[in-house]
Amino acid sequence: MSKIDAALRELTLLEEGAEEEKYINKVHPLSKLLVTVLYILLVVSFDKYDLAGLLGMVLYPLILFIVFDISFAKCVRRTAVILPLLLFVGMWNPFFDRTPLLLWGTIPVSGGMLSFVTLLVKGIFTILAGYLLIATTSIGKLCAALRMLHVPQVLVTVILFIYRYISLLLKEADCMTRAYALRAPGQKGVHFKAWGSLAGRLLLRSMDRAGEVYESMCLRGFDGSRGRGAFFAGVNAGKFTGKDFLWLLLFGGGLTVLRIYPVFEMAGRFVIK
Amino acid sequence: MHMADALVAPAVAGTMYLCSAAAAGYSIKKVKLENDAKKIPVMGVMGAFVFAAQMINFTIPGTGSSGHLCGGMLLSAILGPYAGFLSMIGVLVIQCLLFADGGLLALGCNIWNMAFYGCFIGALLIWRNMMKGGMSRRKIVAASVLGCVATLQLGAFSVTLETLLSGVTLLPFGAFLSFMQPIHLAIGLVEGLITAAVLLFVYEARPELLWGGEEKEEKKQAKLTFEKTLAALAVVTVLVGGALSLAASSFPDGLEWSVEKLTGSTQLEAADGIYDAAASIQERTALLPDYGFKSEETPAGTSFSGIVGGLAVVALCVGCCYLFKFFRRKPTHE
Repeated sequence: MSKIDAALRELTLLEEGAEEEKYINKVHPLSKLLVTVLYILLVVSFDKYDLAGLLGMVLYPLILFIVFDISFAKCVRRTAVILPLLLFVGMWNPFFDRTPLLLWGTIPVSGGMLSFVTLLVKGIFTILAGYLLIATTSIGKLCAALRMLHVPQVLVTVILFIYRYISLLLKEADCMTRAYALRAPGQKGVHFKAWGSLAGRLLLRSMDRAGEVYESMCLRGFDGSRGRGAFFAGVNAGKFTGKDFLWLLLFGGGLTVLRIYPVFEMAGRFVIK
Repeated sequence: MHMADALVAPAVAGTMYLCSAAAAGYSIKKVKLENDAKKIPVMGVMGAFVFAAQMINFTIPGTGSSGHLCGGMLLSAILGPYAGFLSMIGVLVIQCLLFADGGLLALGCNIWNMAFYGCFIGALLIWRNMMKGGMSRRKIVAASVLGCVATLQLGAFSVTLETLLSGVTLLPFGAFLSFMQPIHLAIGLVEGLITAAVLLFVYEARPELLWGGEEKEEKKQAKLTFEKTLAALAVVTVLVGGALSLAASSFPDGLEWSVEKLTGSTQLEAADGIYDAAASIQERTALLPDYGFKSEETPAGTSFSGIVGGLAVVALCVGCCYLFKFFRRKPTHE
């Protein structure tokens, strides 16, 4: 599967997931966005050696994945995107910090090894949180939530435009590269002599399309001053109800408790006693 | 070069969000001043173009690998730096949300490292100044390559700095830089050539689409010439990178210095109710006080209780979730 095919497939899967009729999909996007940001903030705020405390934060994604039947398998591939940089940054820690901090059975674990694992766990948890947000919330609703947070209209409109035209231009790029590949069998990628003409042609087609989009928008009354996502279907966050506030309170409070108390360690002591 | 959330500390992420928000606010103001209703749809579609074009693999001659075009530089050469910057923010938001390319918390860092340098340094400082006397094929190639190299070098430097300030790696600053900068020099050269090829094609086909060619008069009012700006930047870089970093390694930081001047020691001694209460809370909640485990506990005991506790909590949690799902399931009638 080519990169373009994979991206198109990913887009379709996420769109389908966001359109499902689950309870979590109906929760107000602002609640979900705030809880996700809080979760990520709390996860990265853990000390580099505080693996035991950090592991307690697994409960949030774990509960959501199980209760709302969200596919974990689809999320695994996303972690592969961030792992190389995390591995590169963290793999040096065991060499520079050799002080033994704890014993794994009889094997001493150095501070560097602990901080390396903590970094990887942080990376995976933050990816899971991001996936849970986007797998249950459409971009339109997220943009509406961003507007509620007073993110400027221009920026939100540009994000919506990009999202709307990504799949179209990806298909256009796919057609062009496929046609090129058929005329250049056995060749990997685009030859440097065609660098300019292939991507340049795509650029010119995109500009033409932008002109057409603008004209069609003008025909529907767009004059550049009106906003609030009026030209995009589905860009409506809905009403923020008591249930949404409860979601925010419940998860926000729960995550804060998990951050303050090392739940796993406390439970372990209780079980051992 | 997309940074993940795990690589940034909340303070670094917050600072970079503020910096990027300031640049975005200024760009929005500039775009609004243009008062061009067509600009917004063009920005959106061009953002989508960059996204699609970055999926195309351009073969690098003589190697088995491939490169991609430089989004910030290309968008700015077409839309101008301000609209280009806003489009790049849109691209980075979509990449972060839909493809996990960069984190939500690290978005401010990514916007700064990739969009800001590409649009404000690559386009506003390099591209516009080089296109002063009119465009030519040679100038487009030179500006694209120079802009992309500078953009990626500054971006890589910022990634190094942000990661080190976040305290997630113990790799020394010099060693980290020596890994990052040469790799991104090569990437910058390739991206610059691909971007140049695309811009040359546009220049041949529709030169009116390129930004910055016709601005001649207003540049004469500029107090700093391109050469002077570069020279000033070089001097500042040498000062900060050489002299100040040496001082930073051998002297206490600003806060410690101030405290030392006042009290004669870099550590503050305090003993009152609030301090004791705060210290006691910290003592109770900190798993690793001063980078060590709590004194009464043996390391083995702590790790063992952590593992047992973790397994127990996870098992309990999973059990509760399935129980919840079992009772929630409505009976189906055929």
